[in-house]
Amino acid sequence: MESPILDRPKLSNDHAALQKTKRDVHLQCRHCGLPIPSGPWTWAAQDFCCSGCEAAYGLITGSGLGAYYEMARERRLNPAGEGARRERLQWFDDPDFLAKYARRSSDCRFSIRLALSGIHCAACVWLLEKLPQLVPGVNAARVAWAQSTIDLEWNTNATQLSRIAEVLNNLGYSPNPINEDSTRKAGQRENREQLIRLGVAGAAAGNNMLIAAALYLGMFSGMAGEIEQLLRLASAFVGVISLAWPGRIFLTGAIAALRTRTPHMDLPLALGLFLGTLGSIANAVRGVGEVYFDSISVLIFVLLLGRWIQSRQQRSAADAIDLLSRLTPRWTLRRTDDRFVEVPVALLRVDDIVQVRAGETIPFDGIVVTGCGFVDESVLTGESVALAKQVGDQVAAGTQNLRSALEIRALAVGIQTRIGRVAALVEDAARSKPKIVQWADRIGGQFVVIVMIIALLTLLYWSWFEPSHAIDRTMALLIVACPCALAMATPLAIAVALAQAARHRILIKGGDVLQRLSGTGTVWLDKTGTLTRGQMQMIDWYGDEKVQPIVAAIQSQSAHPIAIAMARDLSNLSAREAAFQSQIASVEQTSLGGIQAVYAGKIVQIGHRHFVENARAHGLDRFAEQVSRWLADGVTPVYVAVDRDVVAVAGVCDPLRADVQQSLDEIRRMGWSVGILSGDHRQIVAQVAKQLTIPANLANGELMPEDKVRLVQRGCENQTVVMIGDGVNDSAALAAASVGIAVRGGAETSLAAAPVYFAQEGLRDMVRLIRLARTTMRTIRWNFAASLSYNVLAVGLAATGHISPLLAAVLMPISSLSVVCISLMLPRDWSIDIPG
Amino acid sequence: MSVLFIALPIALLLGGAAVVAFVRAARSGQFDDLETPPLRMLFDDRDEHSDKTC
Repeated sequence: MESPILDRPKLSNDHAALQKTKRDVHLQCRHCGLPIPSGPWTWAAQDFCCSGCEAAYGLITGSGLGAYYEMARERRLNPAGEGARRERLQWFDDPDFLAKYARRSSDCRFSIRLALSGIHCAACVWLLEKLPQLVPGVNAARVAWAQSTIDLEWNTNATQLSRIAEVLNNLGYSPNPINEDSTRKAGQRENREQLIRLGVAGAAAGNNMLIAAALYLGMFSGMAGEIEQLLRLASAFVGVISLAWPGRIFLTGAIAALRTRTPHMDLPLALGLFLGTLGSIANAVRGVGEVYFDSISVLIFVLLLGRWIQSRQQRSAADAIDLLSRLTPRWTLRRTDDRFVEVPVALLRVDDIVQVRAGETIPFDGIVVTGCGFVDESVLTGESVALAKQVGDQVAAGTQNLRSALEIRALAVGIQTRIGRVAALVEDAARSKPKIVQWADRIGGQFVVIVMIIALLTLLYWSWFEPSHAIDRTMALLIVACPCALAMATPLAIAVALAQAARHRILIKGGDVLQRLSGTGTVWLDKTGTLTRGQMQMIDWYGDEKVQPIVAAIQSQSAHPIAIAMARDLSNLSAREAAFQSQIASVEQTSLGGIQAVYAGKIVQIGHRHFVENARAHGLDRFAEQVSRWLADGVTPVYVAVDRDVVAVAGVCDPLRADVQQSLDEIRRMGWSVGILSGDHRQIVAQVAKQLTIPANLANGELMPEDKVRLVQRGCENQTVVMIGDGVNDSAALAAASVGIAVRGGAETSLAAAPVYFAQEGLRDMVRLIRLARTTMRTIRWNFAASLSYNVLAVGLAATGHISPLLAAVLMPISSLSVVCISLMLPRDWSIDIPG
Repeated sequence: MSVLFIALPIALLLGGAAVVAFVRAARSGQFDDLETPPLRMLFDDRDEHSDKTC
């Protein structure tokens, strides 16, 4: 369907678009690694994709840090100069700014923590930590990769923060101050406490195992009574510490479970730990019977380890970034006394007038007061065609101004804007989503009840027949029945699965995603960008090819998306466009869907059918056959008439991705149903659905973000609903779905709205993800089977009074070890490509 | 073996000291970032000015 010749990158500095388009260019920029665009433009030296990269390269190699380029094998840098402009960095020297964000350690020494976007490999860390070498006056620079932050210390006599920020910006990492808000701090404190608990539990477990080893050896070789007593008391001391400090969370968890009357894993654990400790203390003090402090300490450590692994996966720096500030710009030009001054968006009020330049995002809901241009509203509407705006028209926050500068008066700012309300919707959707009960907890709950009953029976039985051993044996049972391996099984298998997925550039936040995806349900797809490329392309041309450069030259004068697509794709065919450009006169864009110009005395008209018909052009029927075929495929015909004679017709459409059909078939074969939710025109959606054999009742077009949320939520009530869409435009629907999958936009920002992010475009990863989910759940079931059979065996032995401390000490690590082995041997065949 | 009566408490005290050190380090945020430090030690400190790749 696509012509390979036409599939070329856009000839502009728009790097994001460059990355998206498939390319057949072989030269790579020496700084950022992006292909160097070919075509009529040539840089003086063909080593860089733009002057910004050339400057950054000069800066890095000039400072003797050229080794960076050897380290950064897989470079996906932000091209330099794409971030903030210089004047906006002046704010970094503002005394108020420094007072708010920086710390003063002495008269002229300040330190600050900045968030940097674009840290993605070890080479970035290396380069950034060499900042003192790049900017004299910087004393120290430390990067925290996981948080994407840098800690800087600088001397105000030697340099200024704005200078440092400028260098960071020129290197391609755009700096932003960090709001140290309370939730972030609370999260950090919780992380530290969790780590401390784990560390203390580990120390207690290690020490207690050493003491236990001595006691076991003493049983075989004989040991003096007072030494044994000493060891038992020391063991009791360490065991009580491990229960009272790190183990306390199990006790509080169990009390909470009792209060809400839900059988929870914490309940038998806490009971076993508590009874075991009490009984062992009594035995230790009396000097008779068994002590189980080693088992208790190890159990606490292993359980905490499982939880720590789990929470490490779920923790994400992205959570702290709120949606609204991602969608709207941070800085804008506000009119103050006939001048435009760059101000932070947070300072804007209603009735302020700002200037939004081409390519910038509109900061608030407002009315255009000066200028006219095109605005891309796809954030709100999903509509892939830009809308013309002129004085008096309303524009919305978060939408993008495409062509020329607009001056806009604010009607609503911040959370009052439409996008602000969508953001609130996302947060609500994320909060109200029913948290599905973890499988492990469910099984654990049943397990709890059974163990309790058996423990009670054991106690009654031995009290009757052998009262002196009743307490000991019940305690032994509760200890060995503690689902140590059960608690490890799920988090470990999921951790392995997530690590494997990340290696294939599928980022997953939270393991419950895998559980939900292992069944079946409905997959909703956003059309633009998921099924299609989200960018108009000229895919075919019939008729006179000699007029192509003329058409390209005329179309390059227009801001209409179809014109942009044709100008781009046609100028790739011919570099002589510039020669024609000079001969074109009186270009006139009409409201009828066409453009008219005079070239070398001839009238050239390009546009929709009704435009050329209206101009009384003849010869339309010449192309009737191609046009009818195109229309059936959803391709828009664009006619070209010279002196009212139609000489050619071009087919323009947003083509389907190559892999989509195969992937969809595979997803359906696995038992999922597939539908489309799109903001695009109903007919376009129906056309795409027909090509992909999606039933008409599952193809929904012309939806607002609110409608998508409603449809997704309705489905969520009785089945798993997966939404695949843009991490920014569809964030509300992504958050509302059982599993939201973001396919475009940056990973960090997407993961705030959706728990899954595909770094590769297309739907192949969806197939892989479902396979991975099924493999993982199978592994978890194996784990459960293994650890449950150990527990059943151990409970049986304990209930009949056959368990000795030695046997318990052997059984417990074996069951844990087998679980670890099964988890680590997670099959890798899920990642192979779809056949065919 | 009566030396154990002294050695064992000392051993436990030493272990306790290590735990206290660990808790203090964790509270001061030394374990907040577990990803960058393992990378940092891999960077060679070579003579920076003799390195001209351009």
